[in-house]
Amino acid sequence: MKASTPLTKNIGPENIAATIEQYQANGGYAGLKKALSTMQPNDVVETVQAANLRGRGGAGFNTGLKWSFVPRGEGSPATKYLVCNADEMEPGTFKDRLLMERDPHQLIEGMIISAYGIEAVRAYIFIRGEYHLAADRLEHAIEEAYEHGYLGHNICGTKFSLDLYVHRSAGNYICGEETALLNALEGKRANPRAKPPFPQVSGLWGKPTVVNNVETLCNISHIIANGPEWYRGLGKGADAGTKLFGVSGRVKNPGTWELPMGTSIREIIELHAGGMQDGYKLKAFLPGGGSTDFLGPEHLDLPMDYDAIGKAGSRMGTGTMIILDDKTCPIGMVRNLMRFFAKESCGFCTPCRDGLPWVEKILTDIEQGKGSVRELDQLAQQVWNMRPGNTFCALAPGAAEPLQSALKMFRKEFLDHIERGCCPYEAAETRFVGA
Amino acid sequence: MARTIEKAVTVEPEIIAREKVPGPYANYLTAQEKAEIDHEIPRYETKRAVGIDALKIVQKYRGWISDDTLKAVAEYLSLSVAELEGVATFYTLIFREPVGRQVIYYCDSVSCWIMGGEQVRAKLEEHLGIKPGETTADGEYTLIPIQCLGDCDKAPVMMVGEQMHRHLSCEKIREIFAGENA
Ligand SMILES: Cc1cc2nc3c(=O)[nH]c(=O)nc-3n(C[C@H](O)[C@H](O)[C@H](O)COP(=O)(O)O)c2cc1C
Ligand code: SF4
Ligand code: FES
Repeated sequence: MKASTPLTKNIGPENIAATIEQYQANGGYAGLKKALSTMQPNDVVETVQAANLRGRGGAGFNTGLKWSFVPRGEGSPATKYLVCNADEMEPGTFKDRLLMERDPHQLIEGMIISAYGIEAVRAYIFIRGEYHLAADRLEHAIEEAYEHGYLGHNICGTKFSLDLYVHRSAGNYICGEETALLNALEGKRANPRAKPPFPQVSGLWGKPTVVNNVETLCNISHIIANGPEWYRGLGKGADAGTKLFGVSGRVKNPGTWELPMGTSIREIIELHAGGMQDGYKLKAFLPGGGSTDFLGPEHLDLPMDYDAIGKAGSRMGTGTMIILDDKTCPIGMVRNLMRFFAKESCGFCTPCRDGLPWVEKILTDIEQGKGSVRELDQLAQQVWNMRPGNTFCALAPGAAEPLQSALKMFRKEFLDHIERGCCPYEAAETRFVGA
Repeated sequence: MARTIEKAVTVEPEIIAREKVPGPYANYLTAQEKAEIDHEIPRYETKRAVGIDALKIVQKYRGWISDDTLKAVAEYLSLSVAELEGVATFYTLIFREPVGRQVIYYCDSVSCWIMGGEQVRAKLEEHLGIKPGETTADGEYTLIPIQCLGDCDKAPVMMVGEQMHRHLSCEKIREIFAGENA
């Protein structure tokens, strides 16, 4: 049976893929067997490209196309790497943890097929250090996969061999940027690298390397098992497949759901998340994590498609939405986000290293009623300084997104703080979390 | 043919018994620590790449990384002390100063903030009698803010050691620490 929710078919109220036997009983490792017995590596790459799977790490680049840039076949470097980006640290993002904790073999199978496609000999799962349970479960599942001959030498009796290791990181958001991640894996400080060369050509230890997000790789076994037409048909609109969408904030039923690409924002927030809690109204939301632009109630009927959200002036990002309600201070929320980015800057470029702490300070002043109108122009200037292309990596432009949209959308609230000389909202310290 | 599974890294109990339990200031590595580091080495192209893993392994036993410990790890991996120091100070989960027996990481990111995270922080400060970054006088707890823990739909959250605590409220914080005050 072809599930309409392939990514979570093993993830229900009870954990039905806790062992490799259970995973196999529900169709697991069929995709790998099919790939190894009926497909050449390049067929895997072309199939994934035809499926129009777009990277789930935030940027939405076509995964098969990304793989096609890896030098492959005769005469190409013998050593190539596949790295799974499991650093999940984007504020308000909670999807990869679920996939790894609840169905580790799905990620492992996806990685083995992907490694076969790009001809990798070794693969790493780069997981953030705080994800202890996910890392433990992955390590256990990897042992099972070795025992069953899905990893190691001559996988399933073929000439293909692969080793897969878990690397537990030691922290910092910047490690999620793919070139910084490669430096971290090499045991260096996690500063981003200049691009080009792109990792597909010169990555880990200078060898061709593909870095993909957890959710991206979880799609692969299903695409191979069921074909690209089936996968494209799962989407409701322009984009293919399903996606894990999440909602956090003051809604009745916060959580994560696997839904078709192109599902409307309204359906996600009002139906799946149960709408706003009693006494709260939706003021605005970040559609895909902390480094996406705010959208407002007028955008609720947009489909969650990369291009549709892009046209509305934001980004699909990680697909996990953060809801701002009418009783929470928008300035405080943006200040919280900017403090995060300021703390996580690697310190390499001036607009990021010096600009973000300054932004945080101005926002703190405004929030406390000590700001001035002139400072709003200074914030706009900082947004301009952090524009794409003006810094070494995408952290600073990402930080600028919620700030620039907040300056436009919440101008009245900014002025309110400045004119009244205080914050008109209830203080965060006393906001109710239960007696 | 499938590769044989690497056995979990353990050292004979007699060897461990013979070794003094190293304090954080020990300038040598124990057999257990070395065995676990050796287990990581073939997984990477260079010994340098093992630096972070090695520091985390040793920190697991010693709580934090003193200068002497750092030197011992650097020597073991044939790295310069300056090089390893540069790495150690970059990563937030490597502690270069003493911490309590348990570290409390409370999430201070956006979804938890919206759902009352500031109040959780205030309650933790009040209960423990310390500010973020400090350790309780009995050496039991260190309070540290952490980035989004990937559990935002269950906000506010914190992690004590490796244990997640979700849907926090003042009541729940009292319950979590109640057993220990008894
Ligand atoms: C500061 C920063 C942090 C990032 N963190 C992550 C992350 O935690 N996980 C992730 O998959 N991608 C993250 N990315 C995106 C990666 O650089 C990269 O685009 C992604 O892993 C590619 O995978 P995909 O093509 O499968 O989406 C981050 C990017 C930046 C600039
Ligand atoms: S934009 Fe920020 S995080 Fe990225 S390289 Fe520059 S300083 Fe580092
Ligand atoms: S914001 Fe606290 S867990 Fe995500």
